[in-house]
Amino acid sequence: MSDRPADNREQFRPAEHDNDHFLLTTVVGSYKKPKWLDHARDLLEDEDTNFGDEEWEEATDDAARLITEEHERSGLDVVVDGEMRRNEMVEYFAERIDGYEFNGRVKVWGHNYFNKPSVADEVEYGEQWLVDEFEFTDSVADRPVKVPITGPYTLASWTFNEAYEDDAALAYDLAELVNEEIEQLVDAGARYIQIDEPALATTPDDHAIVGECLERIVEDIPEDVRIGVHVCYGDYSRIYPEILDYPVDEVDLELTNGNYEQIDVFTDPEFTLDLALGVVDNHTAEVETVEEIKENIKQGFKVVPPEQLTISPDCGLKLLPREIAYQKMENMVQAAREIEAELDADEIDVPVAGETASADD
Amino acid sequence: MTEVVSTTPGLFPLPDWAKDELADLKGRQKGGLVSGDESAEITDAYDRARREIVELQTDAGIDLPVEGQLRWDDMLTHPLSVADSVETRGIVRYFDNNNFYREPVVTDDLTATGDVAHELDAAGELTDDGLNAVLPGPYTLSQLATDEHYGDEAAFQSALADFLASEAEQFPEVETLFLLEPSLLESPPGDGADERASEAIDTVAQAADADVVTHTYWESHGGDGALDEKVYAHLLDADIDAVGFDFVANHEDNAYLVGEYGCTDDVALGIVDGQNTLVEEPDEIAERVEWTLANTPGTDFETAYATINTPTFYLPSGKFEEKLAALGAVERTEVKA
Repeated sequence: MSDRPADNREQFRPAEHDNDHFLLTTVVGSYKKPKWLDHARDLLEDEDTNFGDEEWEEATDDAARLITEEHERSGLDVVVDGEMRRNEMVEYFAERIDGYEFNGRVKVWGHNYFNKPSVADEVEYGEQWLVDEFEFTDSVADRPVKVPITGPYTLASWTFNEAYEDDAALAYDLAELVNEEIEQLVDAGARYIQIDEPALATTPDDHAIVGECLERIVEDIPEDVRIGVHVCYGDYSRIYPEILDYPVDEVDLELTNGNYEQIDVFTDPEFTLDLALGVVDNHTAEVETVEEIKENIKQGFKVVPPEQLTISPDCGLKLLPREIAYQKMENMVQAAREIEAELDADEIDVPVAGETASADD
Repeated sequence: MTEVVSTTPGLFPLPDWAKDELADLKGRQKGGLVSGDESAEITDAYDRARREIVELQTDAGIDLPVEGQLRWDDMLTHPLSVADSVETRGIVRYFDNNNFYREPVVTDDLTATGDVAHELDAAGELTDDGLNAVLPGPYTLSQLATDEHYGDEAAFQSALADFLASEAEQFPEVETLFLLEPSLLESPPGDGADERASEAIDTVAQAADADVVTHTYWESHGGDGALDEKVYAHLLDADIDAVGFDFVANHEDNAYLVGEYGCTDDVALGIVDGQNTLVEEPDEIAERVEWTLANTPGTDFETAYATINTPTFYLPSGKFEEKLAALGAVERTEVKA
């Protein structure tokens, strides 16, 4: 049995943090790749060039260093390398797991596609997934590093299943592989793991499958390792309050895109985990002002007190122009710091703490 | 003797070159998606893509080609996305899939645009075969769209039915109209709503100068897997020529339903899997057609539309083309009905 939520948040408070209150700021993970990295990938995939694996490794190291630094410059408390080595959240892993094959791109929405793989045989752990990525990022970062990893339920759901009797059987096999990877990451020093399960918002009947997967994933992972689960774009009333039973410390949710229409879903029963609240929209190119983001952050206080609130964008920022993605992060951090100061000064009501909500909540 | 006619429910994947070209022209954000007043360059790209996929169907031997609905960025809600009095807002999940569409919010009286008719005009010039037109069914559309004008569910669905009927009235000559109604399974209408859903379908069917197929697909939520029996019984009251069933998702319960309650004079058999990359052999497809016709006692269909069970925009282009070729290659003479 895992005992989560665990008390593992304070380790991410920066030593130089000015405010008593601490709203942990981070990102979901993916970030716009520098254009030169896309060109480098084109070169790698072009057989007529002498741009090989060694050159690609140097390019991705440079990009990871650059984006990690960009995250730190924006002021984030916990950073990611922007997933510079990953092409896509399912593809990247499927390429490393034996049993998968690729047949071409499929539509997700608009003109956004992904190379949806097919499972043609039983899955087995192939080459390592993320340990090198983490070790590199950790070596260049001054701030703590979070590792986003696509969850087994999503890896199973967003795959054409040609080999398993059903998606549950495939997901359980994949959960064992994810557990194996996380154990290696923890051995390498990782202290913040985010399981990305966007497929969780889909089928209510599958809550138990996701829960069972998470139990397998966190088994034997020490409690000082923070475990989050990220969910986005769905009808949350179909997964709440069931997600409170998951053996995780934090649930990260997209809510800006829907203008917080679903925030009330999480007010009853009491939200007992930490909430990582999406406060900027990753699908609009307009940068939210600090004031707008502060109002978004206050939405979170309807659900949890500041001690349980983490601040993040709705989802990965990889589709936004880089300067816009950066500005969103910077404004987000500034908004969080201002809210903290106002909390310190007792200028903000926190409805969930039993205080009177202000009229504009 | 049942005549077996091959067709599909449309919403094809864009050819790979068109995925790239249109992403370059339209961008990848919400703002660039199809609104009904695309630039000449975008229109030209879609024209070329349409020509390609109509030819693909002809070459595959599909009896009733579709226009392909390549412009339907928002999938089944496309006819609303291009209509006046509709705002497209944030992206929302499309059923239980890893797909998203812009939420269409109806803010004033709906009027038809002729957008789908225009597409069919263009497709008609590319083939000598009759066309199979595709529209969302009014019940499904009411489930996918948001109403901020008509006030209650019944009035909204009725307005959507009138809207779709007006669109259908503008169609050029087509052989068939597939009204896609996955929501009859995905979020089945309850008492009263089931009868209204049937009436709404009837409204669209009456307006269409074509054989109308109400095509259902996917498995039922929380039900037995097939259409709810009451929903099905009401559906048969609508003036439609055929009901379509997803025999891939659930063949036994659907066969039971037909055996128990009877069916329309014609039927559509979803017997090729549009949700998976495993490509069926033509004789395997023929066997499935035979199985369904043999296991629906008491029926004597005039026409059985052999079809892919669902729209195929979610398949890789290569696998989609292979499936189309397999469906088109089914030797109709080998199907013993």
